[in-house]
Order: sequence, then C-alpha cells, then structure tokens
Amino acid sequence: MEDHKIFKQRVKAIYAMLLGVFALFIVTAFTVIYLISNPDVFEKSKPEAEDLEIIEEEDYDKIENGIHVRTGLVEAEGLMAVVNNCTNCHSAKLVTQNRMNKERWISTIRWMQETQNLWDLGTNENIIVDYLVANYPPAKKGRREVLKDIGWYVLKE
Amino acid sequence: MKRRNFVRKAFLGTMTTVIGTEIVFGNVLPEGYKPLALQDPDPYKMFDKDKGMVVLNDKPWNIEARAHLLDDKITPNKFMFIRNNGIIPQDIDAGKWTLTVDGESAKQSKTYTIADLKTKFSQHTYQLTLECGGNGRSEFDPPAKGNQWTVGAVSCATWTGVRLRDILEDVGIKNDAVYIGYHAADVHLSRDPKKEPISRGAPMSKVMQDETLIAFKMNGEDIPLAHGYPLRLVAGGWAASVSGKWVNRISVRNIVHDGTKMTGTAYRVPCNPVSPGEKVKDEDMCIIESMPVKSLITYPKTGATIKEGQKLNIRGHAWAGELEVSKMEYSIDFGSSWEQGSVEKPVNRLAWQHFAAKVDFPKKGYYEVWARATGSNGISQPMLLPGWNPKGYLNNACHRIAIKVA
Repeated sequence: MEDHKIFKQRVKAIYAMLLGVFALFIVTAFTVIYLISNPDVFEKSKPEAEDLEIIEEEDYDKIENGIHVRTGLVEAEGLMAVVNNCTNCHSAKLVTQNRMNKERWISTIRWMQETQNLWDLGTNENIIVDYLVANYPPAKKGRREVLKDIGWYVLKE
Repeated sequence: MKRRNFVRKAFLGTMTTVIGTEIVFGNVLPEGYKPLALQDPDPYKMFDKDKGMVVLNDKPWNIEARAHLLDDKITPNKFMFIRNNGIIPQDIDAGKWTLTVDGESAKQSKTYTIADLKTKFSQHTYQLTLECGGNGRSEFDPPAKGNQWTVGAVSCATWTGVRLRDILEDVGIKNDAVYIGYHAADVHLSRDPKKEPISRGAPMSKVMQDETLIAFKMNGEDIPLAHGYPLRLVAGGWAASVSGKWVNRISVRNIVHDGTKMTGTAYRVPCNPVSPGEKVKDEDMCIIESMPVKSLITYPKTGATIKEGQKLNIRGHAWAGELEVSKMEYSIDFGSSWEQGSVEKPVNRLAWQHFAAKVDFPKKGYYEVWARATGSNGISQPMLLPGWNPKGYLNNACHRIAIKVA
C-alpha cells in the first residue's frame, strides 16, 4: 500500500513536472514566434490603424478608384487576362505608360512572341488587345505640348 | 512601417496555415525570384537614388532624373538615370571577374582579370556624357513604344578605366575588323539563359578613340551595381546603350555586330526622313551613333515665381554627341528673339558643357524660358519635335521652364 501511494505520488509529480515543462515549452515557443514576427516589440508601439490598412492589402487583386492596385492597370473588361499574361516578364508600368492603336498593340505582342518568349495567347489575345485599345489608346500631342503640372513656388535669390 | 506590419501578418499567416494562399503561377516563378512582398521594393534605397528620381519601370528597372536634379557639374550616382534591358546580375565577385576578347577579327582569344587590366594598361579618367537614345521619347506623336523618358535619361559622371584600344592592340586585331560587340552578365527578362538582354557595340573608329574606356570606377569609386559593376564599356557622346554594363566579353567582328538590339528597329532611325506614323522597313533603318546637340536648364526648377524687376539667373548643361557646343542661347518669347548666354569649354572631349545667363523680364506675367544649343557644325536644337521615328529616339527639342513674374 505504502509503495503504491509513493508510486502514485511520484507519477503525479512527474506528470506535474511534464505539464510544467510542456507549458513552459508552449509559452517559450509562442514568445519566440512573437519575437521573430515582432522584432520591434520593445520599440514604441505603432497605432492600430496601420494594422487595419494592412488587412485590406492582403486582398491581392484589390481595385481602388477604378485601378487594380497591385499593377496600376485600369479596371475594365479583360483586366485579369492582361494581368496574368502581360506582367510575368515585365512590369505593368511598361503597359500603362504606353499608348497604341490596335495594329501597334498587336505588332507589339507579335514582337514579344518572336523575340521575348511570349507564349501563344490563344483566345485571350482578342480580350487583351480589346482591353489595351479601349484603355490605352494613343492621345494626340501635336508637335509640342503645353507645359503641364507646373508646381509653382516662390524663388528666393 | 506598413511593409513591416505586412511581413509580420504574412509570417503569422504562414505559421497558422503553412501556405496561406496559393501563389498564382508559382510553377513558373523563376528560380531565386522572391515574390514582391518579400523583396525590398524600395528602388531608392536599393540603388541609392534621390527620392526625386522617377521610376518608369520596375521590371526591368528604369529610372530617370528630372531636369533640376541634374544641376551638378559632375552627375553623382543619386541623380544618374538607370536604363536596363534585362535583369541586373547578382552575387558579382569582382576578384573572379574576367574580360575575354574574341571574335572573327581578333588574332587570338585572350582573357584578363580586372587586376590584369589595372596593371597591364595605363589608366585614364574622363568625364563622359551618356544619354539614352530614347531620352525625350514621351513627346513623340504618334507615341512610340517603350519607356516614356522625358528629359532625365542623361548623365555626365567621371569614368576611370583603361582604353579599349590598348586592350585590343594587346590582343591583336586583324585588318578586316569593322565593329566590336559587347557581351554582359545581365539576364534576359524571360530568364532564358540562351537569350541576351542586350549586346550592342561600336564601329572601330569609335572603339579606337582615347575616351572609349573599359571602366572600373565611376566618380572615383567602384561603379555602382546598377551602372555596370565591376566593368563597363563607356563610349561617351553616343547612345548610352553602346556603353554596355557588366561587360565580360568583347567580340571583334568582321561585320557590323549583329547582337541583340543591334538589328531590326532597335536603336535605329529611318535612314531617310519619314512622315509621322509611317511604316518603315527594317532595311531602311540606320543605326544611331552620335547623339544630337541638346541642352537642359537645371536651375531654376520649372515653376519659379519671381518678383517684378528681379533678374533670373539660369544655368544648365549642353552637349553635342561627338561634337562640341559652340553657342548657347535663350528665349523668353517663344523663339521670337534669342539672347546669348555664356558656355564653358568641356573639361575633356565628350563631356557636357555648362551654360549660364541672367534673364530680364519686361513685365509681369507667364513666361517660358527656352534654351537652345548650337554645335560646332552650326546645327542647333529644334524648338519643335525633330523628325518622327518609329521607336521615338533622338528627341533633342529645346528644353523649357515655366516662370511667373508677379
């Protein structure tokens, strides 16, 4: 009986110890994870508002004011075909800063297919070309434009 | 801060679900390419550029200056435009870097380490103007395809290196040599190892000039990575694409070099003038060599408001490719009358020259100050866009700034 009691007490003690070790392990693990992901935890804490903004950023294909935020492309029919086919090799900025008519957008695609390893776009080609012509058509500039977006300031000499 | 929070969130997300979201096109993600969220996306930090520089393209990186940022007589790195056709090479070991000279018209194939180049040949330093062939492209109508450079794809830094001529003489060149072509370590955008992003060159007459260097220093320091570390060909006055970055091989050719961006329409303009928007056959396109005469008002920044009666000091730089600028003028009445400014001699051939003038305004109102350089051949900058060409090169139209007298 005595032996049995002692045995039971020892089991309890070991159990408690294991529980303690395990709890300590869990706490340590979480602390480590927290510290790894919060290297600035001892710095001044930042306002919560920032975190709220970030959650929105996790929306990978978010549209804001008619613009696909991740690429800067205009939201319109065919957007995702353009995103998926035209932004793997080069930046979308190469699309958004250019203005071409249908013929020249197509010839640009052909040039990329002949020299830059662009794949056959299949049925997506018409969708992409229509999107580009509708949203990035050439604008008339004439032989010299007026100066625009002048940021006026007072010059002190 | 936003980004750090984002990384934190991403990390915690990863902890709970291992991979929170499927990476679209993960299977075609190039090896070694980090998704954008994990890259340091700040090009200003990455390339040590001023915040006023404008990013035109981030894949590949193309960044330009604005006129007022180019006020320094010698362009520092922070204001130097970046033009890339491919992906900037990584993990460069300059100690192991070699330059090989080969080609049909080389008497032998010979390889040099950078230490070889530095000890075997005499070193020279020149201040050299490098302007992108497409600088000013954004103004063409109908618009031309490509990065829409405004005025800031030009720089004039000092470059230190050895003369390409000295290297070629050491290797031995056959009489039938007509051109050199460079090969470099940058990677094609498609990551296809068989493709070169760009491999241009120059005819022997340009190659043999004193100022044509294989450079290892810019402004007295190692060349910054984005500008060609550890070795760069520098051919001042010519379209900057001739000045190959990260160069590891020079081929001496018995034909006009036919590497990537030497053929077709790249860095070529119609041999004969064409009407705007006209189709031009490849065989009717001629290679751009020297850049045309041009100037930039770098002070003051456009948009200055001054008081009535106040004189305005303007200054800037002028260059003329292979030639020198002999005259600098300005106009405040849209070219009805021109006044002459002063223009300094270049510190060496192919360096830009500095001009200055004191401008008087007759009464209150809106003005534009237009600057016009004239080269030693008597040819001046046009006020309107020069001849249209399919790829939008060589826009040397007068630069202008807006001024208000109040």
